[in-house]
Amino acid sequence: MDLAGLLTFNVLTGIATLVLITLGLGVIYGMMRIINLAHGEFMMLGAYTAVMANGAGVNIWIAMLVLPPLVVGAVGLVLERTVIRFLYGRMMDTMLATWGISLGLIGLITTVYGNVVRGVSTPVGSFEIGRYGASLYSLVIVATALAALTGMFLLLRMTKFGLILRATMQNPRMAAAMGVSPDRIYMATFGLGAALAGLAGGVLAPISGVSPSMGAAYISRAFITVLGGGPAIVTGTGLASSVFGVINELVSFRTTPVIGDVALLVAAILLIRVLPQGITGRYLRRSL
Amino acid sequence: MSRPMNAIDPLPLTSGSTAVATAARPALLSVEGLHSGYGRIPILGGVSLTVGEGEFVGILGHNGMGKTTLLRTLMGYLPVTAGRIRLGGEDIARRSPTARARLGMGFVPQGREIFATLSVRENLRMGCLLSDRDEDETIADSLAVFPRLKAYLDRPGGALSGGEQQLLALARCLCGNPRILLLDEPTEGIQPSIIEEIIETLQAIGRARGLTILLVEQNLTFIAGLSERVLILQKGVVTREIPPEIARDRAMIEEFVGME
Repeated sequence: MDLAGLLTFNVLTGIATLVLITLGLGVIYGMMRIINLAHGEFMMLGAYTAVMANGAGVNIWIAMLVLPPLVVGAVGLVLERTVIRFLYGRMMDTMLATWGISLGLIGLITTVYGNVVRGVSTPVGSFEIGRYGASLYSLVIVATALAALTGMFLLLRMTKFGLILRATMQNPRMAAAMGVSPDRIYMATFGLGAALAGLAGGVLAPISGVSPSMGAAYISRAFITVLGGGPAIVTGTGLASSVFGVINELVSFRTTPVIGDVALLVAAILLIRVLPQGITGRYLRRSL
Repeated sequence: MSRPMNAIDPLPLTSGSTAVATAARPALLSVEGLHSGYGRIPILGGVSLTVGEGEFVGILGHNGMGKTTLLRTLMGYLPVTAGRIRLGGEDIARRSPTARARLGMGFVPQGREIFATLSVRENLRMGCLLSDRDEDETIADSLAVFPRLKAYLDRPGGALSGGEQQLLALARCLCGNPRILLLDEPTEGIQPSIIEEIIETLQAIGRARGLTILLVEQNLTFIAGLSERVLILQKGVVTREIPPEIARDRAMIEEFVGME
């Protein structure tokens, strides 16, 4: 019974981690069809923001949850204005450009902070599930993921900005005929995606080693989850994270984390084979 | 004209009292020597026309004569390679579609381009972005004009029939209270009952709101039912103007166009 409780808790944490690392990528890909190969590095910047802010004496919660999205969102806006906006509609070119940005960011951070692994200590302790100890910080991850997902849903469904966003992504020309400036909307969307990547980096900083190349550890899983989720950002990310998170955690538990990742990959290949457009490409197509 | 004509009878002539001479009204839209095209392929070779404040002008032409290109260029989706477009005296030839929409150009494109996954209400809310009035009031007014849409408010726009989508596209555009309405072949693929409904609706609100309409069409019934003046577009230029007294009668337009 205790074991089942612990396992459930781990599965939830696994799902939440996937949600966090995927959502920013999903926003940018789902809304603008841009494959942001610098997504992992946006997360890395978020993690560095958390580490540096914490080192400078900023409250750990602010350093993890508030500053990373702000800083990385701002970086995203600058990159969109200076690079990405000239490449809309050219998928290959945006991939190359974001790959270049990714390498540039790794190089920049290595030069400034050195190629060493840093860390932030987790701000909360542990608790017991029966005979087992579990990290309270996992609850922080679950809560943040839930908040991010809910926030995105509310933003898209309830706000005028969300309405304009959905309309523009569907038909930018007609949105322009309603007085919307698609250019501005793309800029905001890219900034939002970057901010979400920053948030993921900040929140995951205490449980992962923070180094210039840490993005590589997350990027493949994030891409797999985006593709598995399909066009609906919130529902797709939630569902695909759930499917992959459960498989990954259960197999990791029975075997090793490496086999767990292999299982995730195999599951993703099977899923894409059966549903080439992702889960929400076939089911729940009207969802957000 | 060789193309098959619409099956429904021409509408009865409305009394000639509204046929005011163009010169009497100030020009809202004036186009001079407009050249445009796709990439290096020229389509428009110097279109000049004027639409007066409150006037309904129709442009008649076969497929491939540049009707859609003209409206897309007026809306700013295609670059002007030469010539001028003035809206209310302001030169807008270099402005973005967004800026033109904000200046009062309303566009109902060919194929309607409803936001398919957005609900009918959300489509209308998008139309309200340009209106400074209260959103709910504007939508309520719009539903009074297009009562057929009331039943579908929470359905996705893409689930509507072609005719209903056309009504929605019109309603969406009118929510923004445009100064001029650019209509691109609103009758394409639409059941005749809705064509008549559209004519009646546009005439009614056109009068009530002092709306100006520039319409491109190849459906004679529709163009005769709505336009005060009809221009003929051939191979990218306006070749002739059909006088108002003829423009209101489908049969007479047919005869006029036929006597090359």
